[in-house]
Amino acid sequence: MNDTQEIPLWEVFIRPRNGLSHRHCGSLHAADSEMALQAARDVYTRRGEGLSVWVIPSAQIVASDPQDRDQMFDPSDDKIYRHPSFYDIPDDVGHM
Amino acid sequence: MYSQGLIGAGSDNTETPEFLTAFQARIDADEKIEPNDPMPAAYRKTLIRQIGQHAHSEIVGMLPESNWITRAPTLRRKVALLAKVQDEGGHGLYLYSAAETLGVSRKEMTEELISGRAKYSSIFNYPTQTWADIGAIGWLVDGAAIMNQVPLCRCSYGPYARAMIRVCKEESFHQRQGYEIMFTLAEGSAAQKDMAQDALNRWWWPSLMMFGPPDGDSLHSDQSTLWKIKRFSNDELRQKFVDATVPQALRLGLTLPDEALAWNEAEGRYDYGEIDWDEFWSVVKGHGPLNKDRVAVRKKAWDDGAWVREAALAYARKRAARAATPLVAE
Repeated sequence: MNDTQEIPLWEVFIRPRNGLSHRHCGSLHAADSEMALQAARDVYTRRGEGLSVWVIPSAQIVASDPQDRDQMFDPSDDKIYRHPSFYDIPDDVGHM
Repeated sequence: MYSQGLIGAGSDNTETPEFLTAFQARIDADEKIEPNDPMPAAYRKTLIRQIGQHAHSEIVGMLPESNWITRAPTLRRKVALLAKVQDEGGHGLYLYSAAETLGVSRKEMTEELISGRAKYSSIFNYPTQTWADIGAIGWLVDGAAIMNQVPLCRCSYGPYARAMIRVCKEESFHQRQGYEIMFTLAEGSAAQKDMAQDALNRWWWPSLMMFGPPDGDSLHSDQSTLWKIKRFSNDELRQKFVDATVPQALRLGLTLPDEALAWNEAEGRYDYGEIDWDEFWSVVKGHGPLNKDRVAVRKKAWDDGAWVREAALAYARKRAARAATPLVAE
């Protein structure tokens, strides 16, 4: 019995309905893409939760490192001029 | 959930007082902790234990009920029970994947379960003797589980909280399904009503035990509360369950097997009798009616499925190899 190998992990993304993007909803183990898709259907869409499913091998996801969060995201914190509230406009101009 | 890189990795955060204080500050600010965030080793370990036990409970919880799928009295009852048992399997899978984000592998958790080392909810070590037991389980056991699980939707660990939101959405059908079975039996012939009463008599006390030992004796509670893994104490949740369930039992015209049960006007709650904690600890330690049987059934399923897992992996490897070497004729 060759049980030493772990069956690969997949991430599951579901589009709840047209007009919305696919959203991560969980993960599962499956030997190949076809079985991953079927298992995702059974595990994550038993009550009409989706119209479309994506499965992606977890090992293929490239993620930012939480340890690097500051250097990744700090540069956007001090750029308040990227937000509309930075700009002064007379009140009588109304909503813009 | 991005866990493969973590499997086997040491959780060797240098746990300086500053690190622990900063972590607690995040918890106190109601920030969610996500998989790759730095966390104290004890927080990780507590969650692995709790989520793993929770997952095992869902999986073992399929066994007492699946016992009755082929013997459900009508097709309507049968499809409902099938769907419920399938949900429990799904809940186990959501929870296993939440635990895997903490660095434990699915295989390790499965091995813990089938070796008998892992704990799961002791209620599933009781037998389902009659059809009314299916009603009592849905109503009481799922009812108690919901009481426990709703606060977990706000647990500090993100993947666990998200899994619990899905689980709670699905559980309310389980409880209504069970109560409907009890209601139908209670409104039926004298023999059917007796069957419902007998099931209630056998499941009531074990359901109260599901909330765990009394607050004074609970080993893990204080730290779990500080970390916002746990939001209410065992006794608080047990009281909520009693207060919600007694009126439902009265509506059925059944009697709860507790002579001390009485409405306490001053406190606005029901007082209930002494729980037999010797029985609880005996079942937890492996001496319940069916502990050995439950683990043996899971082990057999795992062993019998070995060739399927092996074949599926071999097929996937073969297809991947073929895709890597295009045919000469093409």
